[in-house]
Amino acid sequence: MREITYAQAINEAMSEEMRNDKNLIFIGEDIGIYGGAFGVSKGMFEEFGEKRVRDTPISELVITGCAVGASMTGLRTIVEIMFSDFLTLAMDQLANQAAKNKFQFGGQGSVPMVLRAPGGSGTGAAEQHSQSLEAWVAHVPGLKVVIPSTPYDAKGLLKTAIRDNNPVVFLEQKLLYRTKGEVPEREDDYIIPLGKADVKRKGKDATIVTYGRMVQISLKVADEMAKEVIDIEVIDIRSLVPLDKECLINSAKKTGKVLIVHEACQTGGFGGELVSVIVDSDAFFYLDAPVKRLGGLDIPIPYNPGLEAQVVPTEARITATLKELL
Amino acid sequence: MKLSKEIHKELYLKMVQTREFEETAARLFVEGKVHGTAHFCTGEEATGVGVCSALEVKDYILQTHRGHNQGIGKNMDINKMMAELLGKATGYCKGKGGCMHIADFSVGSLGANGIVGGGMPIATGAALKQQYNNEKNVTVCFFGDGATNGGAFHESLNLASVWDLPLIFVCTNNLYGMSTHINRSMNIEDISIRASGYGIKSISLDGNDVVKIYEETIKAKEYVLKNGPMLIVLNTYRWMGHSKSDPQIYRTKDEVKEWKEKCPVKRHKKYMLKNKIMSAVEIETLEKHAVRDIKAAVEFAENSPEPQIENIFDDVYAD
Ligand SMILES: Cc1ncc(C[n+]2csc(CCOP(=O)(O)OP(=O)(O)O)c2C)c(N)n1
Ligand SMILES: [Mg+2]
Repeated sequence: MREITYAQAINEAMSEEMRNDKNLIFIGEDIGIYGGAFGVSKGMFEEFGEKRVRDTPISELVITGCAVGASMTGLRTIVEIMFSDFLTLAMDQLANQAAKNKFQFGGQGSVPMVLRAPGGSGTGAAEQHSQSLEAWVAHVPGLKVVIPSTPYDAKGLLKTAIRDNNPVVFLEQKLLYRTKGEVPEREDDYIIPLGKADVKRKGKDATIVTYGRMVQISLKVADEMAKEVIDIEVIDIRSLVPLDKECLINSAKKTGKVLIVHEACQTGGFGGELVSVIVDSDAFFYLDAPVKRLGGLDIPIPYNPGLEAQVVPTEARITATLKELL
Repeated sequence: MKLSKEIHKELYLKMVQTREFEETAARLFVEGKVHGTAHFCTGEEATGVGVCSALEVKDYILQTHRGHNQGIGKNMDINKMMAELLGKATGYCKGKGGCMHIADFSVGSLGANGIVGGGMPIATGAALKQQYNNEKNVTVCFFGDGATNGGAFHESLNLASVWDLPLIFVCTNNLYGMSTHINRSMNIEDISIRASGYGIKSISLDGNDVVKIYEETIKAKEYVLKNGPMLIVLNTYRWMGHSKSDPQIYRTKDEVKEWKEKCPVKRHKKYMLKNKIMSAVEIETLEKHAVRDIKAAVEFAENSPEPQIENIFDDVYAD
């Protein structure tokens, strides 16, 4: 199979969907001529024109609200928010408008929009450009929340998100944009349903449940541990809402030992929810040890690269925590 | 522009219906049949009615929390409005939204909003869709004076301006945002000058003159389809408290009295009599009609079933 980057996969998903659906538009800051702050939308302005790929003023609130209004009335909209940290500025339109729209109006309409935003640390962008805020949005009923970890997943999940009739928050990972992976040829219109976790590595001794960039790090840890004949299963939940609870529960039953890993600050992070899914189920009776979770430290992301690298789960910390568990 | 008798009739009927709707709803509150909160637009009837009567079904409106005049103006079903206030399953939002979320997509109302200024960004999107499809229709976004101090107002005017959207921003300036008079929340007296910062046209009108408001909306529609957005400020006054629980310690009884003398409903009636558009008898017939409509709406609402908890997960997500 050919290999493309995570960023190219996202570009292909958007471009293919825009070719197939004339009612799909794309709006955001510097996504047009410039090709996006991370270059994700390169070439789209040239292909689809300024009517469909729309550069906006630096106004996250109205950009998001504009997508709500356009999507309520018959278009489909992709919004790019340059950094997921700027969700703070879009939050009213996302949480109070998009998410509530269908319910509060008695089911009259729907809001088929995708809000794409990159998150995560590791680029030296410091406190206001490095956060992982997925728990904020996962907490709002009415939104769906997706975080892909590979180019293959990014493309398949984004196509599904675009076709979904709900507001979907699609959180990309800055550090994965340039990573490569196998993706089927362009003609192969594959999609991945939201709410289906993926077992990225099968194992029997312990389970790591994770998502986003931490999937790649967890896989490295698992490979290392395999050398010590320890067999780790790595589950990528891929979508937080809807969540594939069954997959987690089955794996917990199989291995009896579970570690949850995410980059976001541990306190109030989505990991707490994942722990609860497992211990609230009959998997509880199969556990050989308490379910562990490993999140980022409860601090803002610092600038200095040496510091920055140590405040989110590292291979070493994941390995150490797994060993405690085993 | 000379309005037909039919239009005058429509404007007057809708204003009286609004007046009656609000007074009735306020009474139902006292009787404990409406709970939560409600924001009444008594005194401001001419704004929503005048603007919306000048629109077509395919023109969209974004309503405010104080928007019963806007809904009635846009030909929403009064029965379903009242049922929603009473939280009934037959209401516009199946009893799940209440008076701050009344909407009727079938007549072009994209909904009221509980967030001050919340409708403005959404309006840009609705107008973008109209422009995208080369429709000959416009979006009208209502909001209060208070909302013009929020970021949504400024971001929305700017975006609408740079994209030339067919969007009419309508500010109902009733002098107060809850308890705060505009002279304590902004250092300008004429809100319409805010438009100039975004390079768009604006006008400031007597918000109690339903005829003028109707005429200017017709013109504005044509204008925004050709030139992009504009701002209309309608200067008026709310007679009742901000919401159900307002002790009104921030304004004098004299001020309220003064404005009551400028009643938009009476003014229109006088205008019609003076210009011999309708006779006193015809007008009285319309008034009776309005009273009957609201009474019927209350009956409909009271006889409607309560929503059931079994259906509570409906409409959180679309299929
Ligand atoms: C964002 C936000 N802030 C505050 C409120 C509480 N609130 C509801 S209506 C209102 C006053 C709004 O004033 P204005 O925009 O002038 O409209 P009016 O009520 O006068 O019609 C306030 C403060 C709210 N609903 N939303
Ligand atoms: Mg006001």
